[in-house]
Amino acid sequence: MKRALIPFVIFIIMAGFLFKGLFLNPREVPSPLVGKPAPAFSLPQLDQPGKTFAPKDMLGQVWLFNVWASWCGACRDEHPLLVELAQSGVVPVVGMDYKDTASEAKRWLNERGNPYLLSVVDADGRVGIDYGVYGVPETYVIDKAGVIAYKQIGPVTLASLRDDILPLVKRLQAQ
Amino acid sequence: MIPEIGHFSLILALLVALTLGSFPIIGAARGNTVWMGLAKPLSALQFALVAFSFLCLAYAFASKDYSVVYVANNSNSQLPLPFRIAAVWGGHEGSLLLWALILSVWTVAVSLFSKHIPDAMRARILGVMGLISVGFLLFMLMVSNPFERLMPAALDGRDLNPLLQDPGMIFHPPMLYMGYVGFSVAFAFSIAALLGGQLDAAWARWSRPWTIMAWVFLTVGIMAGSNWAYYELGWGGWWFWDAVENASFMPWLVGTALIHSLAVTEKRGSFKAWTVLLAICAFSLSLLGTFLVRSGVLTSVHAFATDPRRGVFILAFLVVVIGGSLLLFAWRASTVGRGGKFDVVSRESFLLANNVLLAVAALSVLLGTLYPLFLDALNFGKISVGPPYFDAVFAPLMAPAVFLMGVGPIARWKDAALPELVVRLRWALGISAITAIALPLLLGNLTPMIGLGLFLAFWVFASTAELVYQRLHKAEGGWLAGIAASSRSWWGMVIAHLGIAVFVLGVTVVKGYESEIAVKMHPGDVAHLAGYDFRFDGVESRNGPNYSASHGQIQVSKNGVLRTVLEPEKRLYTVTNMPMSEAGISPHLIHDLYASLGEPLDGGAWSVRIYHKPMVEWIWFGCLMMAFGGLLAMADKRYRLTKQAKAASVSQG
Repeated sequence: MKRALIPFVIFIIMAGFLFKGLFLNPREVPSPLVGKPAPAFSLPQLDQPGKTFAPKDMLGQVWLFNVWASWCGACRDEHPLLVELAQSGVVPVVGMDYKDTASEAKRWLNERGNPYLLSVVDADGRVGIDYGVYGVPETYVIDKAGVIAYKQIGPVTLASLRDDILPLVKRLQAQ
Repeated sequence: MIPEIGHFSLILALLVALTLGSFPIIGAARGNTVWMGLAKPLSALQFALVAFSFLCLAYAFASKDYSVVYVANNSNSQLPLPFRIAAVWGGHEGSLLLWALILSVWTVAVSLFSKHIPDAMRARILGVMGLISVGFLLFMLMVSNPFERLMPAALDGRDLNPLLQDPGMIFHPPMLYMGYVGFSVAFAFSIAALLGGQLDAAWARWSRPWTIMAWVFLTVGIMAGSNWAYYELGWGGWWFWDAVENASFMPWLVGTALIHSLAVTEKRGSFKAWTVLLAICAFSLSLLGTFLVRSGVLTSVHAFATDPRRGVFILAFLVVVIGGSLLLFAWRASTVGRGGKFDVVSRESFLLANNVLLAVAALSVLLGTLYPLFLDALNFGKISVGPPYFDAVFAPLMAPAVFLMGVGPIARWKDAALPELVVRLRWALGISAITAIALPLLLGNLTPMIGLGLFLAFWVFASTAELVYQRLHKAEGGWLAGIAASSRSWWGMVIAHLGIAVFVLGVTVVKGYESEIAVKMHPGDVAHLAGYDFRFDGVESRNGPNYSASHGQIQVSKNGVLRTVLEPEKRLYTVTNMPMSEAGISPHLIHDLYASLGEPLDGGAWSVRIYHKPMVEWIWFGCLMMAFGGLLAMADKRYRLTKQAKAASVSQG
């Protein structure tokens, strides 16, 4: 009888973990980059390939760095929110067009509106590696000193904007 | 209107399932034959209602009824009809309906083919299956209704996930579910045995064909999924140790242990409690697989949208079904008895060792799958467990199991002599050891893993050949008479074991000798791999029903002779705006040549990946052999109804 109870006990322990697991988010990966300076790069801009952009150009401002691509399905979900955010003028958004072709990226922005101050082109994904891009889209909040304050993996949602990103931006802007 | 009828039919099915899950079981406890007799008609009625509901949903898909949320989310007017039908199980709600449908199919099948089973036991078996059905129907009606309406209706659907728009989608999920749900029969048999306190050789003989059939479906389902991943994901992999793949593999491992343990229970009356525990575990792992996919506790390519209410519901259901049956096991296991004694060196021992290895392998896969969750729940941080863990743990467990496959069938029941075994297997051992070293030296890449894999594959070939030779050699009346005299279940075992050898050989060779290149190719460029020349002839635009494609052509030649043309394709599905690559594959017994298009680059050039995959097809062919062996075993005379009605509880095996 006692020995026969072992499978039951093992199962109950496992069920306890599974229950806890329901309230965890496996996609929420803490980024080692949070609290570190945003990795430096210099990339051509999507609209003016002759000009480059570097994160240090934004020193003194709080800004969002959004990784997107025309081939990315989830980017379409967050895009209207970004457009709205850009129109409100609360915080500038710099885009990084990730592993994409320029023509399709431009068409995509023409069709859906362009929320970005500018977009840089990371055609081979090399800068993406520095930023630990895990899946597109991703969004970073970068403070006035150029330090990454927050990283969102996956699309920005109304809830994440309202509860996490915008309050953080306000606080950083006040500093 | 039709979706509402389907919904209503599902509600009626729930009521029927509740009746099926209560009256026959109570009737069996009280000896009320009328209540027990309800089981059969109720099973048929439940099947009719669920099937009707399923047809209603299929009709909504076929007729493009985008006023149904589920249809609007998972199909599109441009989607071809076969995929619109397959889209019925392309999302969460519909795949649950498929689950319930298949459960009702198994239930009605058991009710039809169980004339020889005592009334009380049959009533309990069908009742238990009815209770499982209650859980799934409730789940659907409460939190996952596939018939929910969308007001106002959508103009067009959001389209089926392009990954799923493939013939594989039509076969893989139903096959897999037939396997998963099929283990509910073995589960119900075990619960019925625990409830009734009766577990004998006859019980094992009744449950064997059902268990083998479920196992056959699961084998084919996993094989189809692996094959699908191979050509659809575009990088030539065939198994990823993805959480959901593991979820299908664990019941397979335990199910494999179960069919062997059942064999012992049938022939020797041993392993009774162990058999019951394995049957409970096989189905529990199937349910756990459903939980892992539906609840979103693990990330996976298979995961559907997550809803915490659903997760809580399935977990509660799991606790009731698995926890309840394990408690019942703890309480009643002593009543079914443990069976006859056997020597340390005997076929029973070898089968037991094999069983334990398979069960431990399943446990280690379970541990690897859930380990990230455990750590996260204990706030030890996030980790992911990948193929290195599984490769490192799985191979050492499976190697002795495969080795024992060669010894077990040759050893005598009850007590065998070790020296005699060694003598009988010395040729097999010699041949496989020599091949394992000579072949890699010949091919030019000897690593311990290749040597081990080849040794095991040839060991199973040679020891099985030895087994067949001895059986036929001794047979009276020559070889042909010997073939006919051996039972189909024996031949089924031989073929399934050879299937394992073919599988191991395929895995070993493809892992040891595959090669690949990733190149940038302009039209007219030639790439070289494994002695072949691949000439890229550029791409042309083609349009499919719901996608636009860049269709590439790659001419493959060897020494200037044209061998084949590969036609990889890069598709863009217009509704979801998702790119998909369709690999161009030339399958062959000796090797596959495989090309997939990457990204278009400047000046008409493309990035192209080319793979040379020696003997990769053997992997799936081996699985088909295992499944065929299972079918043959099921067709054994002693499982036939007419024979069974007369059969006494003593086995003739």
